[in-house]
Amino acid sequence: MVEEKKVVITNKTGLHARPAAQFVQKAGKFDSKIEIIFEEKEVNAKSIMGVMSLGVGKGNEITVRADGEDAQEAIKELVEFIEVEMAKEDEE
Amino acid sequence: MILIEGIAASPGIAIGKTLLKKEENIEINKENITENEIENELEKLHSALDDAKESLEELRQDTAEKLGDEKAEIFAAHLMILDDPEVIPAFENKIKDDKLNAAAAVKSVVDQYAAMFAAMDDEYLRERGSDIKDVGMRVIKNLLGVNTISDQIEDNVVIIAEDLTPSDTAQLDTDKVLAFLTKEGSRTSHSAIMARSLGIPAVVGLGTELLEKAENGIEIIVDGNSGKIYFEPDQTTLDDYKVKLADYEAELERLLSYKDQKAASKDGYEVEVVGNMGNLADVDPILENGGEGVGLFRSEFLYMDRDQLPTEEEQFEVYKEVAEKMGERPVVIRTLDVGGDKDIPYLDFPAEMNPFLGYRAIRVCLERDDIFKPQLRALLRASNYGNLKIMFPMISSVRELLAAKSKLAEVKTELEKEGHKFNQNIEVGMMIEIPAAVMIADHLAKEVDFFSIGTNDLIQYTVAVDRTNEKIAKMHTPYHPAVLRLIKQTISAAHEAGIWVGMCGEAAGDELLLPFLLGAGLDEFSMSAVSILKIKEILSQWEKSEAESEVAEILALSTVAEVKDYLTKLKK
Repeated sequence: MVEEKKVVITNKTGLHARPAAQFVQKAGKFDSKIEIIFEEKEVNAKSIMGVMSLGVGKGNEITVRADGEDAQEAIKELVEFIEVEMAKEDEE
Repeated sequence: MILIEGIAASPGIAIGKTLLKKEENIEINKENITENEIENELEKLHSALDDAKESLEELRQDTAEKLGDEKAEIFAAHLMILDDPEVIPAFENKIKDDKLNAAAAVKSVVDQYAAMFAAMDDEYLRERGSDIKDVGMRVIKNLLGVNTISDQIEDNVVIIAEDLTPSDTAQLDTDKVLAFLTKEGSRTSHSAIMARSLGIPAVVGLGTELLEKAENGIEIIVDGNSGKIYFEPDQTTLDDYKVKLADYEAELERLLSYKDQKAASKDGYEVEVVGNMGNLADVDPILENGGEGVGLFRSEFLYMDRDQLPTEEEQFEVYKEVAEKMGERPVVIRTLDVGGDKDIPYLDFPAEMNPFLGYRAIRVCLERDDIFKPQLRALLRASNYGNLKIMFPMISSVRELLAAKSKLAEVKTELEKEGHKFNQNIEVGMMIEIPAAVMIADHLAKEVDFFSIGTNDLIQYTVAVDRTNEKIAKMHTPYHPAVLRLIKQTISAAHEAGIWVGMCGEAAGDELLLPFLLGAGLDEFSMSAVSILKIKEILSQWEKSEAESEVAEILALSTVAEVKDYLTKLKK
């Protein structure tokens, strides 16, 4: 089963540093193969070096794609992490 | 004998042997391996990776215990790299497909990533290249059996390095290391702060000369009080320093008897002698030096060396830990004092012509609820765990003070509604560091529980002297008669209103100034941990009335030189 969803990064620091580490840790919990696609580059979402090497900043749109048994769940949780928890960091 | 001068970053004297930390010179031979050797190289790789993980995990725990979770985060990030599902197979593929030996395979992958990060626009990401290099070097050293610096250390060494990273300092055995010397750095750089926390001398910012002149295993004298170091000292200098070292150790020994004594004058008049701090690592030194609390917690350090604002939760954890460690002892936390010479890049403040007169400290906080409120919430919530007090910086008017207090009241109401517990009667104070605040101290005193005189800024604003400008550094002195009068005026206004008054600038730990401050009625003296015992000793040599009788004399003097002379003669 393949699931994918586009999502815009809204927090100030983008997908770097702590948010990136948290994102990668979350992705690592799923069995599905998970990828982030940004500007025609595809990287393994479970790889911190891969995710950071994309250099995704505020306002960029990325696609999160999951392939596997728990793909649906994975997309739901990861997109929610970006839209809700990462966005919250700025408020605090 | 070669003498080099740098920045005295941590006091004390050390005489020992040099140990140069040079890691850049590790040679990695690129060998082509045969098909049969692949298995063997893969095994070597994985055992080196496992060792690296193990030592990083230890470092992470050690650092978290010693310096707090935030400082340990860097090692957690390094651990993630060693578990990375892209990086590890890349190492393996270099061995399997390109037939490289393990060390060369690691180096090749690390270099690729480092180059990729180095080419990025974002400053934060550019620096991540150094993380993967640091991790890669750790694995390579394991592969080559090269010892890390901690293994090379024999007794009584002085470490000499370009700069020391957190992972270096966390591994040093402080029973064997006498001092640090670095080419880079300032008083506030990581190595300087670590040295002060560990209580060993350090001289930093010694420049390129340090590494040019240094050799391994030669005799060296480090004078952390003056910032001078001597390679291969001549006999006279050596004898001289042996005496100084013995005196210094004897003095430390003598001062230690004041550790558990209540700070008081000879005739039993009690004051508080407390410490200044920036981060968790400063707490233990304050207690070890007999500090009776914290008179200034510079909260801005929580905001520095990172790429976003600390969350309420992060701040809460730090304030709580300090409060708990200090127990009943008071802890005065100053709300964020940013701007001036303290820039926080991610806040993106525009450059200013006169930053010290510009958008800084309370002026920023009153406009930025997103910064101020989480801090006030964290402070109030932490007040449940000890004896915390809140202090506002850079207050120049009653309006600002009332605005800050009303924000605090707002936050209290919010917390109450949410069911959080906190100390409803938490003491609220303000810094006195602007001459305008001294002039209206009577009005301000009605609105707060205490004052704390910040002499560094008070001098700068009173004498109109930029304290970061070396050319006029001599003019930045607490002995200026105008400064002394402002101090006296502040103390009198506070006492008339029935509130207590402290001092948290460098002047509070000034040995010469002590009789004046005691005589003028200062209630609390807050200083670097290293000055606490000495000040307690001097206090115990003066009677309160005797000090009081000098105040009028001192205030009548007309020049800095006269004041200094007079105070020097008073010295016991």
